[in-house]
Amino acid sequence: MADSTEILAGLAEIVEEVAGIDTAEVSADKSFVDDLDIDSLSMVEIAVQAEDKFGVKIPDDQLAELKTVGDAVSYIEKNQ
Amino acid sequence: MTDVVVTGYGATTPLGGDAQSTWDGLLAGKSGVGELRAEWTDRIDLPVSIAAQLAVEPTDVLPRVQARRMDRAEQVAVIAAREAWAHAGLAVEEGADPKVDPTRLAVIVGAGIGGVTTLLDQDDALEAGGLRKVTPLVVPMLMPNGPAALISLEINAQGGVHAPASACATGAEAMAWAWRLLKAGEVDVVVAGGTEACIAPITVAGFVQARTLSQRNDAPQAASRPFDAGRDGFVIGEGAGIVVLERREFAEARGATIHGTLAGIGMTSDAHHITAPDPNGGGQGRAMLAAVRTAGLQPSDVGHVNCHATSTVVGDVGEAAAIKKALGDHPVLTAPKGALGHLVGGAGAVEGIVALLSVRDGIIPATLNLENKDEKVELDVVAGEPRKMELTAAVNNSFGFGGHNASLLFTK
Repeated sequence: MADSTEILAGLAEIVEEVAGIDTAEVSADKSFVDDLDIDSLSMVEIAVQAEDKFGVKIPDDQLAELKTVGDAVSYIEKNQ
Repeated sequence: MTDVVVTGYGATTPLGGDAQSTWDGLLAGKSGVGELRAEWTDRIDLPVSIAAQLAVEPTDVLPRVQARRMDRAEQVAVIAAREAWAHAGLAVEEGADPKVDPTRLAVIVGAGIGGVTTLLDQDDALEAGGLRKVTPLVVPMLMPNGPAALISLEINAQGGVHAPASACATGAEAMAWAWRLLKAGEVDVVVAGGTEACIAPITVAGFVQARTLSQRNDAPQAASRPFDAGRDGFVIGEGAGIVVLERREFAEARGATIHGTLAGIGMTSDAHHITAPDPNGGGQGRAMLAAVRTAGLQPSDVGHVNCHATSTVVGDVGEAAAIKKALGDHPVLTAPKGALGHLVGGAGAVEGIVALLSVRDGIIPATLNLENKDEKVELDVVAGEPRKMELTAAVNNSFGFGGHNASLLFTK
């Protein structure tokens, strides 16, 4: 089981891979859409990769609720 | 009616990663053909193992994240469009005012085949790993209007995005449609051209089964030999060509460098056979004559024809006969596919740029590998060395499966 620091680091790697955003930019307070400028297609890619990496399920209705990087880290931590 | 002028051009081809290196390669007599490089050649046995692949990998040019969101045909279109846009002096710093009203700017760029490599890769991913392995980008990557739409995003073109599809005539038809849009005064600037990157086992197999490809596998650089008696088919290639076309008044008002005039166009169809050209060349001739007529010129003004001639047994002879019948026996011919291979949807655009530069610079590249001209070709074809020649007008021909005939006429 990954702790929140490890999840944040892993998520940042995925965001870097999919959207080309420097891992240092991917912090808990950042909004995927407003701050990191990630579009809906890229969010689907990020969710699929996060599911594989952390062994969680992120249904579409949950994905829509994950506004910030911190939301995603908390969700993954609780559901892994 | 307004004139339509060319103010910028860009290309990425088997001869080079930009228009200048492509032009230099053609004049130097280089070949873009080589042994086909692909991971599937080990497991799929085909009688063709040669191709004209890109000189510069698009993934070496584009930022990684942009590249992974695009099909290869989209990548090369965007690279060529960026070059053309900058060449036309229309690129501005981010945040600065655009030099063209976005609502008066259109894009017309098509492909002959389109995103087939994406379709194959993603189908493999689906079969192997299920839905989760399919990228959400698959549709925008394989749709035929994808290249044009991505270019519109790059340059903020809001005056319409169009994607003609007429097989190997696509690149030339895109410029012809742009000419009509500009002549009608609907927009001030059109970014137009064609793209292709469809070298995949199924496309190669399909062209083999249609009996169109050269099988001169032991001598790749000699395989594409338009008008030569020893020709045995074309060599499949990949690449893109894009031009910036403007209404002359608009270009002059902004002080643009004008490289030439797209003075006339012709687009006709054969309605004869789904792949074979009309043996009488009637549709080809009508396209050339329409280009001459819309330019307000006479056939005697056309000193040069940049031929479609792909190196197939039937096509090359038919085109030469159609040129002679429509324009007379005076035009001097060349066929860039000897060096470039056949860029399918990109061919007409890249070769249109070549015809433009021949008029501008007064020099016609030689037809590579033309050593022993087919005796049924009764016209003068440049072979060996480029020929210096002052040109009033040059015609570029592009024909496609489906019976499409497109002719572009360039003047200074």
